[in-house]
Amino acid sequence: MSATVSERDSSAPNPFQPPQSARGIQRQFSNGCLVVLATLFALLAVGVLIYLLFILNGIRYINLDFFLNLPTPNGEPGGGMGPAIQGTIILVGLASLFGIPLGIFTAIYLSEFGRGRLANVVRSLVDLLTGVPTIIFGLFAWVIIVVPQQTFSGFAGGVALGIIMIPIVARTTEDVLHLVPREQREASLALGATEARTTLRVVIPAALSGIVTGIVLAMARVAGETAPLLMTAFGTTFRNSGIFQPMDALTLRVYNFTLSPYQLQVNQAYAGAFVLILLILITSFTVRWFTGGFRRRF
Amino acid sequence: MQEQVTVSGERGVIGRSLDWITTRFGKKPTDLVFRGITLLLVFIVIATVIGVAAVLVVYSWPTITTFGLSFLTNQAFDPVHNKYGVAPAIFGTLYTSLFAMFFAIPIGLLAAIFVVDFCPRPLRIPLAFFTDLLAAIPSVIIGLFGFLLLAPWLQQTGEPWLQQHLGFLPFFQGQIQGVGMLAAGIVLTIMVLPLIIAVSREVMLTVPTAQREAMLALGATRWEVIRYAVLPFSRVGILGGVILALGRALGETMAVTMVIGNQASKPSLSLFQTGYTLSSVIANQFGEATPGIFLSAVIEAGLIVFIITLITNILARLLINSMQSRGAKGVRV
Repeated sequence: MSATVSERDSSAPNPFQPPQSARGIQRQFSNGCLVVLATLFALLAVGVLIYLLFILNGIRYINLDFFLNLPTPNGEPGGGMGPAIQGTIILVGLASLFGIPLGIFTAIYLSEFGRGRLANVVRSLVDLLTGVPTIIFGLFAWVIIVVPQQTFSGFAGGVALGIIMIPIVARTTEDVLHLVPREQREASLALGATEARTTLRVVIPAALSGIVTGIVLAMARVAGETAPLLMTAFGTTFRNSGIFQPMDALTLRVYNFTLSPYQLQVNQAYAGAFVLILLILITSFTVRWFTGGFRRRF
Repeated sequence: MQEQVTVSGERGVIGRSLDWITTRFGKKPTDLVFRGITLLLVFIVIATVIGVAAVLVVYSWPTITTFGLSFLTNQAFDPVHNKYGVAPAIFGTLYTSLFAMFFAIPIGLLAAIFVVDFCPRPLRIPLAFFTDLLAAIPSVIIGLFGFLLLAPWLQQTGEPWLQQHLGFLPFFQGQIQGVGMLAAGIVLTIMVLPLIIAVSREVMLTVPTAQREAMLALGATRWEVIRYAVLPFSRVGILGGVILALGRALGETMAVTMVIGNQASKPSLSLFQTGYTLSSVIANQFGEATPGIFLSAVIEAGLIVFIITLITNILARLLINSMQSRGAKGVRV
């Protein structure tokens, strides 16, 4: 028995190594091709991002005037995006007013009470809302608010952005509510707390960091929206004068100035884009940092 | 002492009616109120979705009744002669989206395979983070890149080179303008790439380790493991992700509007021609649209986009959900 093994050992150095054949070489070759291509394309994808982040540096054009001044007509020097930045903040605030409560309560419904057909319908609708192009919500807000009021308004823009926020908030909130252990709910109910009290005082606080994450992501997302604002907030080159008047937004100003024939305005567009990218970077990093998302995803 | 007995013994009218509610409905009054509020807000969400669809149909009704199906085949979007059609827009939408999918699917899939299988472990999370970040970049910034950097480069370097070397193909003929289908297609590729990478990555991570290990134990190379163990298992989910990305590409507005040129040209296969898409029609014409049939035509373009994206999304979710029911939990895109 042992003799046969040693005999074979001496004849072939490694019995598990198949002899090189044309088929074997072909297999190794296709494997090598895949590794190279996959690496290359991954680098390409990351390369595009790095290009967008760093080559597109609008930081050269950023100064105090940029944050404070009004846009100047025809690209005279010294203009800024003060009203645009203010407008974006107001619009996101308005959107949060509609989007956050609706999103959170939809999530509470889906995770705490929702059973049967209605819950499935609501869940599908929320999923479908995420896939609809945002310009459609702009059209909707235009029809129900801008037409009756006969003026473009920041309020209409806020409503459109709020609808976009609903599914983002609802889905992240529902996901974290499901992570709260059932025992925690049962313990609270066993102590005699009502359902409402259990949800508001036990479940929500346990899931709070996740809910806040969803809200921040949703706010960052709508801050970068342009299409629904074209037909609602519309934009203005003057100071914003109330939420029922046309209102400027950073994205709208970047859009208009990108297409502008004046180099100074194009520079301002770069600066605005830089501010938007910075906003996305900061929110993404802080959200990942605070939720430990760097570890949990894998 | 006396007071306590009164309180617990016989409660006031309000207390008794609250007790009655509790026994009648099997829930405490506060819970009923809480559930009521929740349901109310949920119904507002449902009403919003239905409202969006209803508004689109109602406002595009004049064009639907006037033009019927010829709206889909008419060439002109011509307010002067009051003749509207979205055939060039549908062509532009499909052409740019298919271009984007043609390049984004192989690149995205291979990038996802790299992230899941070949990437050194410490690099995996930053890479995933980077691709997710790419997905979060506002489309107006991609549009800025496309209009100010990509289109001039295409005009001066890219398109002349293509025409010189590959000009015999129908794709690279015609006048060079920088903006056009090619620029829009490239911009869309950049925008759907992170989505395809993210979905394929998540789906491929759900392949049971035992399945990979069994394949490796049989002496398979890494490519064979992916080809015969990973891809067959995740095929459906990846297809779902691809359709989701297609829906995104079909509906994308800002970036495409900024680089596609927004001028109808003679229909041809040329990637250099300018054109427009359904969403760019809305973004561009909306400001000029006068109430009446013109406006209605713009909104019907919106209705078509809405229906197309609805169909692609339902299809994508059905596919991805069928993955979930097969035991691949945690894939929700």
